[in-house]
Amino acid sequence: MSLLSGPEGPAAHAGWEHEHERKGFFTDTSICIGCKACEVACKEWNRNPLDGNLEILGSSYDNTGELGANTWRHVAFVEQGQERIEEARESGRRLVSLGMPGIGPKSSGPRGAMPAGDLSTTDRTPPDTPEFRWLMSSDVCKHCTNAGCLDVCPTGAIFRSEFGSVVVQEDVCNGCGTCVSACPFGVIQRRDDGTVSPFAVREEEDPRRGTASKCTLCYDRLVEGEQPACSATCPTQSITFGDHDDLTVDARERVEDLHARGMTEARLYGANPKDGVGGTGSVFLLLDEPEVYGLPPDPQVPTKSLPRTYARTGLAAAGMVAVAALSFLGARR
Amino acid sequence: MSLTEFDADRPPEKPRRRRGDGTGKRRRRRGLGEVGMGDGSREGAVVEDVDVERSEQFDSYYGRPIVKAPPWRAPIAVYLFLGGVAGGSGLLAVGAQATDRPGLRRSARLVALGSVGVGTAALIEDLGRPERFLNMMRTVKVTSPMSLGTWVVASFGTVSGVLGALEIDEMTGQRAPLGPLRSLLGAAELPASAVQAVLSPILASYTGALLGNTVVPTWEAGRGHLPALFTSSASLAAGGAAMLTAPVADAGPARILATAGVAGDLLSMRAMKESMHPLEREPLETGKAGQMLAWAERLALAGGIGTVLFGRRRGLAAASGIALLAASALTRFGVLEAGLESVKDPRRVVVPQKARLAERRAAGTTDDSITTAG
Repeated sequence: MSLLSGPEGPAAHAGWEHEHERKGFFTDTSICIGCKACEVACKEWNRNPLDGNLEILGSSYDNTGELGANTWRHVAFVEQGQERIEEARESGRRLVSLGMPGIGPKSSGPRGAMPAGDLSTTDRTPPDTPEFRWLMSSDVCKHCTNAGCLDVCPTGAIFRSEFGSVVVQEDVCNGCGTCVSACPFGVIQRRDDGTVSPFAVREEEDPRRGTASKCTLCYDRLVEGEQPACSATCPTQSITFGDHDDLTVDARERVEDLHARGMTEARLYGANPKDGVGGTGSVFLLLDEPEVYGLPPDPQVPTKSLPRTYARTGLAAAGMVAVAALSFLGARR
Repeated sequence: MSLTEFDADRPPEKPRRRRGDGTGKRRRRRGLGEVGMGDGSREGAVVEDVDVERSEQFDSYYGRPIVKAPPWRAPIAVYLFLGGVAGGSGLLAVGAQATDRPGLRRSARLVALGSVGVGTAALIEDLGRPERFLNMMRTVKVTSPMSLGTWVVASFGTVSGVLGALEIDEMTGQRAPLGPLRSLLGAAELPASAVQAVLSPILASYTGALLGNTVVPTWEAGRGHLPALFTSSASLAAGGAAMLTAPVADAGPARILATAGVAGDLLSMRAMKESMHPLEREPLETGKAGQMLAWAERLALAGGIGTVLFGRRRGLAAASGIALLAASALTRFGVLEAGLESVKDPRRVVVPQKARLAERRAAGTTDDSITTAG
């Protein structure tokens, strides 16, 4: 089902011969404190312009709104009451009962192992549930294994880096906008306005003007051996950066840990290589259904059904030729 | 809720107000002035009373869109329309050449050249960096309908240029000082015509794959039917253009093609709508796009009836041709608009996606969800 990527990983499949591991983020939203330091660090490092006019959006403490051309990290704030918390816990429990954790080895390696010794005496009663909770989650480009934006880019401006990330070359992109409609997560966008400088000083030319823009996984930092600005600045290690394989192991361990503490609402998003985008480079631990955070519940890369779409296109074209031929045969002089 | 003893001094909390209808509609943006922060003299309430609310089957993040619409404006709809006209006219031109209908051949070739020219200009105009349009020619990508389409448009434009130049040269009585170029053009006619025959139907249909190969809800749902809709629309538009420009005696095939196009257009639109989730269909039937598509249908019907009944009367044939062209243009504008509209409501993304996920789970596939328990 993976159309453009084999089991050896997206970077190897894209033709890179380096010995780079696939890099990615693990965003553990259960320990995000909503400080937005990642948003700030991202804007500063990448010199991304301001979005909008500093408006109050009326969505809790989130006045950023959404990911876009100028916003490559976005912290979501969701406020929920008791009833909703119970529902989240229940929907998480249903995921377990579906037998959905069956991906890869579980609890077998040293990382996934349960603590040794007899656990029967361990207190497993869930802690008192607070009557209100705040969900905070720092969203970012998913750097999909099968990236829709990369597949449809007609100029080759979007490429797969040696780290397995998906990066736009702003000096090649001609701003056709096809990638925007091919991203199942609504991440990439064309930068049509905005300026790097304050509004008063606008002489500086933005090299990304009129081109598609999104998170580069701080490609410029990675090639220097640094980690991305957002994960470097995250004060709670909610955002961790590293080798994708290690991070997914960490993520699974963390979910198990939370489940053991009665937080059955915890679940992973993007850690399944069999999903509609072949798994994501940025894995999230969520505490509710993905759509609550503004994430699609079942993203599918359009390329997956492209062979069928092309077949229908060919059929339509052949039909048109047949009808045109018949028109000439059937016409009287 | 107090967590520590230090919180004991806080005034008692009032019960939270419940507001809204629970549909998750986007709230109005408020300016800084409205929340008491305008002059900086006092601290404003940054956050309104929180709505702890939700509707039964649908959650979203403050009603904000999940996927983004492409930054495509009117020029793209113009291109979709003119690309169709060019593709259909290309087929008519080839047929007219094969069956020796010089009047139809000339008008179809010129229409094909004109529409592909203007359409390409519209495409370039809509780029974020129009000066880099040639970057499209850096690569050929099978996974990108836009890339393949660009090559089709460029090649079609080239051969249409050759064929159009021939016609213009003939119309002007070969007075232009072309010298040896003239014989070269003449020799190129057959190969150019053959290429046009191959590329015309692709030019008319690939735009369906272009829109279909997205995650825009209405287009995504219409994936299987958009190519048929667009080739039908192209056929009726090209037929209409020929009825408008070619001599009546020569335009017989154009009338048949147009009539078949009307039938195909109405049927494939119906089939497309029926195959969609109601939420994905809604943008095609309501609002500005709904109005445009309703008018497209009326005009197509009127043009089709006019073609069948009065196709041999010059004036009425031309009027029918105009109606058909307008119908095709409105179809393209309507489909584009419906797609752009469909991303605005996250419900159109969430509900169909949850439905298809549940369907797969019910069918026994439980290992392909992006959300996993570990």
